[in-house]
Amino acid sequence: MQVDAEMLERLAVDPRYRRLVARRGRLAAVLTAIMLAAYLGYILLVAFGKPLLARSLAGGATSVGIPVGLGVILLAIALTGVYVWAANRAFDVEVAAIVADARA
Amino acid sequence: MTGGTGWPALAMFAAFVLLTLAITRWAARRTRTADDFYAAGGGITGFQNGLAIAGDFMSAASFLGISAQIFADGYDGLIYSIGFLVGWPVVLFLMAERLRHLGRYTFADVASFRFAQAPVRVLAAVSTLTVVLFYLIAQMVGAGQLIRLLFGLPYPYAVAIVGVMMTLYVLFGGMLATTWVQIVKAVLLLGAASFMAAAVLWRFGSPEALFASAVKAKTAAAAAKGVGLAEASAAGRAIMGPGGFIKDPISAISLGLALMFGTAGLPHILMRFFTVPDAKAARTSVLWATGWIGYFYLLTFVIGFGAIVLVGTDPGYLDPAGSPRGGGNMAAIHLAHAVGGDLFLGFVSAVAFATILAVVAGLTLSGASAVSHDLYASVFRHGRVDQAAELRVSRLTVLVLALVAIALGILFEKQNVAFMVSLAFALAASANFPVLLLSLLWRGCTTRGVVAGGALGLVLALGLTLLSPTIWVAILGHETAIFPYGSPALFSMPAAFATIWIVSLLDRSGRAAVDRRGYLAQRVRSETGIGAAGASGH
Repeated sequence: MQVDAEMLERLAVDPRYRRLVARRGRLAAVLTAIMLAAYLGYILLVAFGKPLLARSLAGGATSVGIPVGLGVILLAIALTGVYVWAANRAFDVEVAAIVADARA
Repeated sequence: MTGGTGWPALAMFAAFVLLTLAITRWAARRTRTADDFYAAGGGITGFQNGLAIAGDFMSAASFLGISAQIFADGYDGLIYSIGFLVGWPVVLFLMAERLRHLGRYTFADVASFRFAQAPVRVLAAVSTLTVVLFYLIAQMVGAGQLIRLLFGLPYPYAVAIVGVMMTLYVLFGGMLATTWVQIVKAVLLLGAASFMAAAVLWRFGSPEALFASAVKAKTAAAAAKGVGLAEASAAGRAIMGPGGFIKDPISAISLGLALMFGTAGLPHILMRFFTVPDAKAARTSVLWATGWIGYFYLLTFVIGFGAIVLVGTDPGYLDPAGSPRGGGNMAAIHLAHAVGGDLFLGFVSAVAFATILAVVAGLTLSGASAVSHDLYASVFRHGRVDQAAELRVSRLTVLVLALVAIALGILFEKQNVAFMVSLAFALAASANFPVLLLSLLWRGCTTRGVVAGGALGLVLALGLTLLSPTIWVAILGHETAIFPYGSPALFSMPAAFATIWIVSLLDRSGRAAVDRRGYLAQRVRSETGIGAAGASGH
């Protein structure tokens, strides 16, 4: 397929394209910020909240740090899942429609 | 149980070698074009690529190193493994789809998309080779130590075997063989680790019972050394919380940033996104990879705690000083024997070795493509080169890299493996990541900006590491470190971003105007995939 400059310029000013890029960029930025905050928060907790993480969770050997650590792992997988879900459900369809119209 | 692990291990090891050679033979018949060699013809599915990424990323350092760290200190091992996982969502949110839309073989394709080719590709190739070399040394050293322990082979032979195997895979089978070796290894490693973790949980009945037994075992071990009751009990409890992992918060955050953003700048990882047919498959592969890697770290956590009880309290696995025979890294290997007998021990030993082969193959291919595709074909020949000549250079580079890796592996025998890996992450976060991110998302970014910033990030990260306690004090023998922290990324990564920004802003050259004009087309293509390189050469 031939990609000419005119078509790209038409695409770049297409309001649907701009909306898609803005929405997808916002989602990516928010999810990245959540991951960064959760991880840095965890590191700071490890640095300054050692007694809290070492405390027994329910009177047994399992400490508070175990669910917190596992939580960060599960959060990483969950955030990835959220993005893939949103992309598969909405973004792909929108991209396909925009590209099809630009070619027409 | 002293050094070598006997016939079952050797037999499984031989079976794995034969299997991977068969894969290589099969792949070699299908590897004709540059597309095949660098990107497996773009025909890998998202699920397969997810497994291959996991296979590329779960190194022996993770499996043996992290379980050993948990065996020694308990909870601290979890902190380390979390750092390696959190980079993956960032790769997905910021990089994966855009890479697939803009690049063909190397991340330099993307970084240099709208810029002057020669300077950006030279920078990318230099940083790729630097990152790959540190990562490769870490793997070679780990491999050499492991094979020596498992099979009783002398260290130089062990390193040479790894070098020869990886050369065969990459030289003849290219990316297709590398990918399938990584997939096979990922399945074997996940299978073996799942069995071990399940066996441990089965034996104790619940995680709580496992943790309680581990605390009791550590308490008894401390008491046996003659300390008081209260002190022994505190030592036992200590494994359930953070210990010495974090010395000072600045170093911890700096290492954290390196791990989180370094993944998005590792050339051999970024290269994996060119093997799938489209952006959707690239996205799917990160989801699978994150899931598998996260699951794997949960398993190593259980395995490490299982080893505290089942290996740490069994004199048969310990030397007279009370540490695992063959060193701390062998905790998981001994646990394999404790839960599965001789046969399973052999299996896990062979898997641990396979793990290293898969990782070094990916690294070598990435280094070779930086030389042949970026330096030779794009810079030296200005893109006017036929595929056969380019692939010849690539294969020649594989041979050179293998020799260099073997030599450095032998030279750095005593080096700290974990330190080298974290250095590779810090370099990737300080050079490749800022260059990629700003070239993708900022219109004002120019050739001069990315070259200045990328070069500064690379040099600063290396320089600060040289001045840090690990090298300046421990190796060079100076009194105090000039740079007092454990990782440079907190300083070198923002410095690279700032330099790219300032130099680009001040750039009034004619080239800068071309760079900025090219942004629109690049952005539209990176967001929609319009005009992206075809899925497959077939």
